[in-house]
Amino acid sequence: MSMVKSGLILFCLSSTWVIANDLVPHLGQEAVNESESPQFNLSIFPDGQGLPEGQGDAKAGEIIFAAQCAQCHGPAGRGGTAEALTDDVGSLKSEYPEKTVNSYWPYATTLFDYIRRSMPPEAPYSLTNNEIYALCAYLLSQDDIIDADLVLNKHNLPQVKMPNRDGFVSVYEK
Amino acid sequence: MKPKMLSSRRQFLSRTAIGSLMAGSFSLPVLAKSFSDQDAATLPKSMLQAGRPFSNYGQPSEYEKEVIRWTSANTDVQGNGVSWTPLHDLQGTITPNGLHFERHHNGVPDIDPQTHFVLIDGLVDKPLKFSLNDLKRYPLENRICFIECGGNSNAGWRTQPIQSLAGYVHGLTSNSEWTGVPLRYLLNEVGIQASAKWAIAEGADAASLNISIPLDKLLDDALIALYQNGEALRPENGYPCRLVLPGWEGITNVKWLRQLRLTDTPVMSRNETAKYTELRPDGLADQFSFTMETKSLITSPSIGMQLAHKPGIYQVSGLAWSGRGKITQVDVSADGGQTWLQAKLHGPVLDKAFTRFSLPWKWRGQYAILQSRAKDETGYVQPERKVLIENKGKHGFFHYNAIISWEVTEEGDINHVYG
Repeated sequence: MSMVKSGLILFCLSSTWVIANDLVPHLGQEAVNESESPQFNLSIFPDGQGLPEGQGDAKAGEIIFAAQCAQCHGPAGRGGTAEALTDDVGSLKSEYPEKTVNSYWPYATTLFDYIRRSMPPEAPYSLTNNEIYALCAYLLSQDDIIDADLVLNKHNLPQVKMPNRDGFVSVYEK
Repeated sequence: MKPKMLSSRRQFLSRTAIGSLMAGSFSLPVLAKSFSDQDAATLPKSMLQAGRPFSNYGQPSEYEKEVIRWTSANTDVQGNGVSWTPLHDLQGTITPNGLHFERHHNGVPDIDPQTHFVLIDGLVDKPLKFSLNDLKRYPLENRICFIECGGNSNAGWRTQPIQSLAGYVHGLTSNSEWTGVPLRYLLNEVGIQASAKWAIAEGADAASLNISIPLDKLLDDALIALYQNGEALRPENGYPCRLVLPGWEGITNVKWLRQLRLTDTPVMSRNETAKYTELRPDGLADQFSFTMETKSLITSPSIGMQLAHKPGIYQVSGLAWSGRGKITQVDVSADGGQTWLQAKLHGPVLDKAFTRFSLPWKWRGQYAILQSRAKDETGYVQPERKVLIENKGKHGFFHYNAIISWEVTEEGDINHVYG
């Protein structure tokens, strides 16, 4: 190696100013605590992962729905300014398909996930876990997806089979 | 008449002036009146008084105040709805930041960049959090690309053609230069475990929007964007940081990003089941339809505009874009699709970005139907509306990308029709 070349390399190594392609810093901070905290474990999966302790039935849910949900979603979940939640099961192949929670959603766990993170819109996360189980029970019982007296909890909610469970086809190609 | 030897500058000027007049025409020279102090009043006001001073953040001219986003929101939940980019009022390909479309489920959050961080965890070797200041020190990439809501143009499915201005039907799409950190750097840093196939992205807004994204896309060209056309993201477009997934449905470009949790299965959130799925005629629904389809429309002349001169030459101008790659060709028709001419594509033509096209059109005053049809580098051709409906049915709601038709009446009025 020539004197010039070795001198140049020495300069680069010792200098704080180094030219290189894609010099990537590693600045992420250790975050095990955050990762394990409830604040970052909000997602609820179809197998029930993420569901909290608690329980509720349709009778309790009906009262909560009337107080907190009906003003937008309509009484019994229809006819309001917000999405229709109930009815129209089996309508998807008809000339006028209606996509409601009960007719279209494939998983009941999604309902718990969505209510907890975003409903009611003016006060997300204001409902208790028991209230959310109760609301799920109320809505699902409206179309006999579950029995009217079933007490929903984290064990049986993932087992609820929605009418449209098999209604989706992934079209994603890598 | 050859000029004689120049003896002085004044002689030169007077000789050449007369000479050129004599050469070009045979009329007598018109001598301009010199400006007198009476003439000041005839000058425009802008020249007679000092203009307004400097400004810290520029705004468009008051005369352009009609060029705005239109908003459309649920009356009970003001932050649930959209605002539309006025595509019909704009030129070029870059959407000004103040006119970038919005789609929110529960309003625009106020997030302090000093305390915000992005957590990447789940099936990783080590969960890590990244502050905004730290993210800015990673190599940043610039990417010009469009973002389009999966529900853009959904009025096109209706039986009757909607009579709203072009941007207010098709303007849930905008095109910007996004600058951010390629996600592959951060995913490499946390260490991806072998079983990880998806990441659940979550936003810090009042909808806590969550959605599953295939890890392949995040390792490919996904960015955590921090800048939008040179400046920090606007609050309504994701401040302080958002995902940008070039070519993919708007819903996956999660704004106000707070977490990416790597998993082996999708979470089946509301926004990948109840919404942003397309119901087919057979009763099944397409899911994970991430790629936005190839599309174009003529932005000018378009519905609501008037062709004032008959006959007259009009510049037919519009935009084409594809979630699959580059636009290779845009054809324009003035007879409802019977004959087509290839339009000029204004370069540079970029991958998964708005491409401006134009073609001059001589209108002789006849009834006409203007259409544009885009082709992309994969060979895909933008379909006619009736073909789209034959293939997809009427109830898909999302991913409407059919050819758009503007009828021009003999009076020069323009309406939306189905070609």
